[in-house]
Amino acid sequence: MSAVHLESVGILGPGLPDWATARRVLTGELPPRPEDRPQPDLPQLPPNERRRVPQFVRWALAAAHEALAGSRRAAGEVAMVFSSSSGDGEIAHRLCEAVTSGGREVSPTMFHNSVHNAAPGYWSISTGSQQRSIALCGHDASFAVGLLEAVGLVLAEQAPALLVACDLPFPEPLAALREIKAPLAVALLLSSSPRERALARWKVSLGAGPASARFPHMVSAALATNPAAQALPLLAASVGSAAQAVPLAYVGGRRMTVETTPCR
Amino acid sequence: MRPLFVTHYATANPLGLGRGATLAGLRERRGGLRPMDLDGVALDTWIGRVSGVEDEPVVPRLAEFDCRNNRLAQLGLRQDGFEAALAQARARYGPERIAVLIGTSTSGMEHCERAYRQRDPASGALPGWFKERYSFNLFSVADFVQRYLELSGPAAVVSTACSSSAKVFASAARMIEAGYADAAVVGGVDSLCLTTLYGFDSLDLLSGEACRPCDAARDGISIGEAAGFALLERHGRAPGGVALVGYGESSDAFHMSSPDPSGDGAYAAMRFALQRAGIAPHEVHYVNMHGTGTPANDRIEDRAIFRLFGASVPCSSTKGWTGHTLGAAGIVEAIICALCLEANLIPGSLNLDRVDPAFESHVAAAPETRNLRYVLSNSFGFGGSNCSLLFGRLA
Repeated sequence: MSAVHLESVGILGPGLPDWATARRVLTGELPPRPEDRPQPDLPQLPPNERRRVPQFVRWALAAAHEALAGSRRAAGEVAMVFSSSSGDGEIAHRLCEAVTSGGREVSPTMFHNSVHNAAPGYWSISTGSQQRSIALCGHDASFAVGLLEAVGLVLAEQAPALLVACDLPFPEPLAALREIKAPLAVALLLSSSPRERALARWKVSLGAGPASARFPHMVSAALATNPAAQALPLLAASVGSAAQAVPLAYVGGRRMTVETTPCR
Repeated sequence: MRPLFVTHYATANPLGLGRGATLAGLRERRGGLRPMDLDGVALDTWIGRVSGVEDEPVVPRLAEFDCRNNRLAQLGLRQDGFEAALAQARARYGPERIAVLIGTSTSGMEHCERAYRQRDPASGALPGWFKERYSFNLFSVADFVQRYLELSGPAAVVSTACSSSAKVFASAARMIEAGYADAAVVGGVDSLCLTTLYGFDSLDLLSGEACRPCDAARDGISIGEAAGFALLERHGRAPGGVALVGYGESSDAFHMSSPDPSGDGAYAAMRFALQRAGIAPHEVHYVNMHGTGTPANDRIEDRAIFRLFGASVPCSSTKGWTGHTLGAAGIVEAIICALCLEANLIPGSLNLDRVDPAFESHVAAAPETRNLRYVLSNSFGFGGSNCSLLFGRLA
């Protein structure tokens, strides 16, 4: 299996307001501050457009913009791979309420925002990029499922891929069925030929037997319930000092292994 | 790209169960749409319903997955000898070397709607029988199919609205090319639910009759449900086998639910598919349009097709037969393309009285038998997600 390069990262989550901070938290230079609850602000979007974008999409796009800015690439040259286990739970809840209540009045805007590819849709609209994109789901393994698709784009099509993994806590009553206790969006720009020195080099393989991610100690138990948090052990290894093999849970009771070699 | 042969395929769609029923419906010009007859739905529209989907629960070993969408998936998997073909493929490649990539827009949403109707009046809690992972979560259908077929390779749900089960072909091609699988089961499953029916109604996109793609008087879509699956392999079973020879993907970058009037995104997806195959436009013998039957979609698609193919290549939409099966539309129309390639049939159009006089491309109204070498299938979705698949019969 050939290697892909991690060019840049975007991140938004409790105590992880941006990649510069997250990187220092993951290397232990900064203490984790999970009580800090940053919100996406998206200065890249004109104000009227920012108002239209659902909250869930804002999380995904905030991370995506940060990763793109860190890569010195243009939006028009990267394919977006969006992956989420639960998608926009707020909208799903409101649609279910609407169609099972008496009037069955559905908001047309809410309906078109309910598609799983809303984030790539708004990404292309707001950046003007006509590049291809895809939206995926792999339940608890949604991060690994997205990573495999992104690696496929890089290796099979030599296309730089912007992987965005995002999940937010469900509202009630869905929250009782699916425990995601903290919000998180992570964006990773992967390519075969980095413009500048990459952060890390990854070789991704699938293997037999189950695996669960080994979360670094600074990742809170609440954050670890978010499927996107599977990116964190991989990022911690990528900014560490030595090469290591990072196990991730994949679907079907199998494991993904990412052989990680830091480049900086 | 290196071609990927469509060695086996199966479908359950509004035209009936299996390839035979589907081809017969096309040939006999017998549509699968009917006036709305779902319990308690008072919308003045037509739907494409799969008969029998309510009757057969999923197999006991996967009972926790039981919901309309996974029943429909199972019904599709049981057609056309697909299970037996997969048993052979499993033995040949090993279960871990066959990917499962399934497109859906709503997965088990219908099951979730049932649960919402049974919320506890006091607490608002959902009923205990409702499990997020096995129905409502989008991945549920790929999880179900992978377990049903006893496979353990790469698996994912692709959910890009109405292009979902076209894009699974592109994802499968990448997965195989990158070395993560030797073969792939691609498919799409979407079942009727209140959310899509009332959602498209809120956008004023539902036709009051059976949809009439490309007709001057077309006025919207008819929503259908369907399941379809195909096994993609590097090698064909016999000369003349149908293969995926190209795919193209793009984004409109225009609007979440309205197609870009310029048609640039649709044009780019078609052009990329031809480029990837190294095929010139005149070598394409038929274009199966996305052709939903909305005024905007068909007008814009006509323009994009004319720009690439001129007026020489026949094109038509088969949604007059099946309705718009949303996340399953890509695979249903890929299967129709495979059937048409094998039968040398251009299916023409259904419910088409008068082709929109503003159209410039060659809309095939009537069926035609002629030697087909390459056919193109278009799928476009909300979020401006475009995908074109090019299929050919290879020596």
